[in-house]
Amino acid sequence: MNVIKPLGQRPPILRMQMVDKTFNGSVAALRNMNLAVHEGDFISLLGPSGCGKSTALRLIAGLMRPTAGRIAWEGEDTTDALGVVFQEPTLMPWATVAANVALPFRLRGERGRAVRDRVQDVLALVGLDRFAEAYPRELSGGMKMRVSIARALVTRPRLILMDEPFAALDEITRQKLNNDLLDLKARTGSTVIFVTHSVFESVFLSDRILIMAPRPGRVVKEITVDAPYPRDMTFRTSAEYGRLARAASDALMAAMGGELLEDEVHG
Amino acid sequence: MTTTDAEVRTDAGTGSGGPMVDREEQRRAQRARIESVAKWLLPLSVMALSIWAWDRVVRVNEIPHYILPGPGLVLQTLVEDWGTLSGSLLVTLKITVMALLIAVIGGVGLAILFAQSRFAEMSFFPYAVILQVTPIVSIAPLIFIYVESKLAGLLICAWVVAFFPILSNTTMGLKSADHNLRDLFTIYRASRWQKLVHLELPSALPYFLSGLRIAGGLSLIGAVVAEYVAGTGGIGSGLAFRILEASYRLNIPRMFAGLLLIALTGVAIFAATSLLSHLLLRKWHESALRREA
Repeated sequence: MNVIKPLGQRPPILRMQMVDKTFNGSVAALRNMNLAVHEGDFISLLGPSGCGKSTALRLIAGLMRPTAGRIAWEGEDTTDALGVVFQEPTLMPWATVAANVALPFRLRGERGRAVRDRVQDVLALVGLDRFAEAYPRELSGGMKMRVSIARALVTRPRLILMDEPFAALDEITRQKLNNDLLDLKARTGSTVIFVTHSVFESVFLSDRILIMAPRPGRVVKEITVDAPYPRDMTFRTSAEYGRLARAASDALMAAMGGELLEDEVHG
Repeated sequence: MTTTDAEVRTDAGTGSGGPMVDREEQRRAQRARIESVAKWLLPLSVMALSIWAWDRVVRVNEIPHYILPGPGLVLQTLVEDWGTLSGSLLVTLKITVMALLIAVIGGVGLAILFAQSRFAEMSFFPYAVILQVTPIVSIAPLIFIYVESKLAGLLICAWVVAFFPILSNTTMGLKSADHNLRDLFTIYRASRWQKLVHLELPSALPYFLSGLRIAGGLSLIGAVVAEYVAGTGGIGSGLAFRILEASYRLNIPRMFAGLLLIALTGVAIFAATSLLSHLLLRKWHESALRREA
């Protein structure tokens, strides 16, 4: 198990500096976002819909360019830089589980034994090694999400982006996958940026929470979660957990200026 | 992550080990059994009944065979004229299959072009629609004026009718690829070609296949209509030509026999394309899912 070093000793891998994104010349999806991602970080972007958290993720993924500001990778080149997990499992229904997980290699023209072994290893890591030859439709929602996570891990990316990956799952599966995700992170030492609108999920998973507010989309507060990993049910029921969840909720409320209620009615 | 969330199915068994089936389940199973038999039995009975009624009507009213032949006579004609009819069947079949093949190549090719370039789609799609909505019977005479070879003329007619459903379905299918998967391919720096081969074409497959099922029937219609228009003067004598010829000679039983063969050909084409569709999709596509009883 990797021991996670304190923040100061870990090298940075990505910096966002004063990043703005404006749609159609007027809609400020994201304003003045600054973020330094260090190796081993688990950062949550927490906020209501329209706060720019998914926009931030798409900017980091290179799927769109910032209107202003800079997003820069540190260190080595960015091949294998990214793994992505979407809200939907986003699997190719015509391909087996193994073929889905092997997709990143396939697109680089890599095949053969090494690829097959790596795919099998990652599937074992997410507990699906017996389902390599199954098709996605034979799997449950939670299992599909595991395949999606395996695909994101398979290239050993420097950074994994997760866009509300468990939002569509039931609460029990969600808690299980949260536990498993932390376990995976501990074993692989991955760096994760995790978008969510669940206060509790963000507190349980992250070491840093960026609280975001809409109109314009912006970061309003950063909360550091000092609780050590591994975290388990004890942490979920601790006073510390309650205090942090309260702090995050309050920050969210304050940022929205009471809009939270209104949004919940309309959302 | 060591465990899976595969559903654990506990046997709803009693202590003795046998599965317990309540009355509702029993009834449902029984209904499923009856339906699976009825699916075949009912249409077959309707057919048998119709043929029997047809036969009765002809016999009781003593209708002469040059007005309405009985089913027996039609069958007899089919057997006796098999030499001529089977040759014609082959001709019609050849034109239909070739036209369908060209429609597949043309339709899919054009769809790929449209998916790659919006400008190409804007330029040409309206003309594909015009070609489709203009009745083939009205274009066919012109085609036979300008096209020397009768075979080529027939092919063009059948193709014009058949290619549109393949084009429009495949175009739609290529565009229907999952947006997140598209993003994922972009993130992994897939080339345009890789996106096409690994993402867009597989996504379009179910759409294409349902277009193919329509186009199969249409290419037969196109081939038959074109043959009627081409008239009796040509060399390639397909089934439509035989029917036309028989009508001039008031050989009504042979007309029926020809009609029967065309109908059977249509059914066979539909069955073949449905089978192909099933084989290609059964592993992954919702449409091929067998609902659990």
